[in-house]
Amino acid sequence: MADQKALLSALVAAGLATAQPLQAETYFEISGKVAAELRGFTQDAQFADQDHDSNLSLIAEPEFYWEWNDGIDSLTFTPYLRVDENDSERTHGDIRELSWVHVGEDWELRTGIRKVFWGVTEFQHLVDVINQTDGVDDFDGEDKLGQPMINLSLVRDWGIVDLFVLPGFRERTFAGREGRLRGGLIVDTDAAEYESSAEEKHIDTAVRWSHTVGDFDLGAYWFHGTNRDPELQVRTQGGNTVLVPRYVQMDQIGFDLQATLDSWLWKVETIWRDTETEDYFAAQGGFEYTFYGIQESAADLGVLLEYGWDERGEDASASIQNDLFFGGRITLNDAASTEMLAGVGYDLDYDSQSLIVEASRRYGDNWKVSVDGRFFSADDPADLASAFDKDDHIQLTVERYF
Amino acid sequence: MNLLTNPFKSLLIATLVATPVAAIAETPEEKGMAISVAAKQSDLGWQDMQAQMNMVLRNKQGQESVREIRMKSLEIEDDGDKSLSVFDKPRDVKGTAFLSFSHAVGADDQWLYLPALKRVKRIASRNKSGPFMGSEFAYEDLSSFEIEKYTYKFLRDEACEGGTCYVVEQYPVDKNSGYTRRVVWLDHNEYRVWKIDFYDRKDSPLKTLTYHGYNEYLGKHWRPDMMKMVNHQTGKSTDLSYNSYEFKTGLTDKDFNKNTLKRAR
Repeated sequence: MADQKALLSALVAAGLATAQPLQAETYFEISGKVAAELRGFTQDAQFADQDHDSNLSLIAEPEFYWEWNDGIDSLTFTPYLRVDENDSERTHGDIRELSWVHVGEDWELRTGIRKVFWGVTEFQHLVDVINQTDGVDDFDGEDKLGQPMINLSLVRDWGIVDLFVLPGFRERTFAGREGRLRGGLIVDTDAAEYESSAEEKHIDTAVRWSHTVGDFDLGAYWFHGTNRDPELQVRTQGGNTVLVPRYVQMDQIGFDLQATLDSWLWKVETIWRDTETEDYFAAQGGFEYTFYGIQESAADLGVLLEYGWDERGEDASASIQNDLFFGGRITLNDAASTEMLAGVGYDLDYDSQSLIVEASRRYGDNWKVSVDGRFFSADDPADLASAFDKDDHIQLTVERYF
Repeated sequence: MNLLTNPFKSLLIATLVATPVAAIAETPEEKGMAISVAAKQSDLGWQDMQAQMNMVLRNKQGQESVREIRMKSLEIEDDGDKSLSVFDKPRDVKGTAFLSFSHAVGADDQWLYLPALKRVKRIASRNKSGPFMGSEFAYEDLSSFEIEKYTYKFLRDEACEGGTCYVVEQYPVDKNSGYTRRVVWLDHNEYRVWKIDFYDRKDSPLKTLTYHGYNEYLGKHWRPDMMKMVNHQTGKSTDLSYNSYEFKTGLTDKDFNKNTLKRAR
């Protein structure tokens, strides 16, 4: 990783050096947030060493931004730091972004460590493949590690084409021995293995086309490189049984579509993934319907239904293989931006359920408070979700923006 | 902005240019329409515009909350405008950006960029009557004025801040509008809007919008420094002030797509 970071830093520096300021005026801005996150678990832990019922985490994520040449060139630096009371693996830092963007007439060159999101659905992000999941931050998979990249984006009448060269792979983070919301076996991230002899230095490539045609927004891509999802292999190390992540090479074709029709959003994402051991299809699809101005108020109620499917069925290494999701979102549209979201996941194969409740609002101009509740019911040991069965918790997050 | 392609309206504009509005013998509906067409026509040709928008939201108790938005818009011939807005305040939504292709007829195309997730979301535009950022302005109050969005009726002439005003009633065509009607005061001289009374779906008085501090840009485009919206039913109000207006800055279609949305900041 250090080599790639050095390479990317060199590229960014080269970019900065070649982009001679046409005008001396450089715009600089600092923004970002600091946050405190307190979790209270409602049950005693399932596994040894997880002996805590509450956990405090502190997070800082400042953003430094420079812009010059009248906005043609810009540089963004976003370091990230989390300090966790109990889990030493969860105490970690990352460079979420350190990238230089140069804008041309109908193209953009983005070089450095960045984050890219692809997809349309809400309960699973199947086609979102560029960035590795920062698994210790939260278990919903929405937190991502910064990915080194060179991304050329071309704007054409027939859509936007993004070309990616991804030098350097990021390994997924996993909860440590003292952490909750993990499986029974610890993942030994220091022992990670690779199919490619280039290991984490394998250079991945991707090309994506996306376009809007009337009410339809669609995208398709091909990704060639290291699978972000590791295979977890059981190993014995010094008398301890652990899981060792193995990262294989894959080719993946992905497609996403959203139809925006009046109050309906119809969404589908699908992938075909080909690795050394298997090839399969998976898909996530559904709709979101919004009732605007409910009960003659300014509030909106959104209703979501999605279904996730994986061709491998119960053999799937993914936890979503035949799962139904139902959600409701209330947006008050008030000055404090009050929002509430509830989502239920139901695994049709294993009969397990999860319930997620989120509520947030702003206090004053710069504070935001969120309360999240996550509840699991998964009794079948064959179900990947059973590891979380005793990890029901309520989370209070206070964020200060600057 | 189908003015130039619609033969009827072209004829109407030709007539208007040749004759003072008040002199045409016509029904109140025709006259209301003619005034609105003339108002739209008088402001054509601004090409593109950039401005800083500041909102101060006040509740009944006088507590204030601030919104800061930078916006760019592009005049589109034969259709509604394109616009790109970026939020600077409140801080928790800083960097959130909004891209809109408005249409004279039919639903607008709208995308939202969420910087924390780096996600671009196409959003339903049916929500015209919903509040913009918790303010007393609804989305439909901030979208570009297009002739096809209303039917019209001229009520009377009346003295107003801008001299003598036409008072015209406008009836939204869109069934998703939050209003049964708007009553608009436009001055005879420059077709500047000075006041709008909004009536809710039950036809009760809902809000009043007043315009303040008009300046003329490029010799023909009048823009207010301040718009004050007062909600009579809740006692809340929002002051929307504009500054740093710039016109004809050279924006083109290429400045309004998902790539520019992602780096709008």
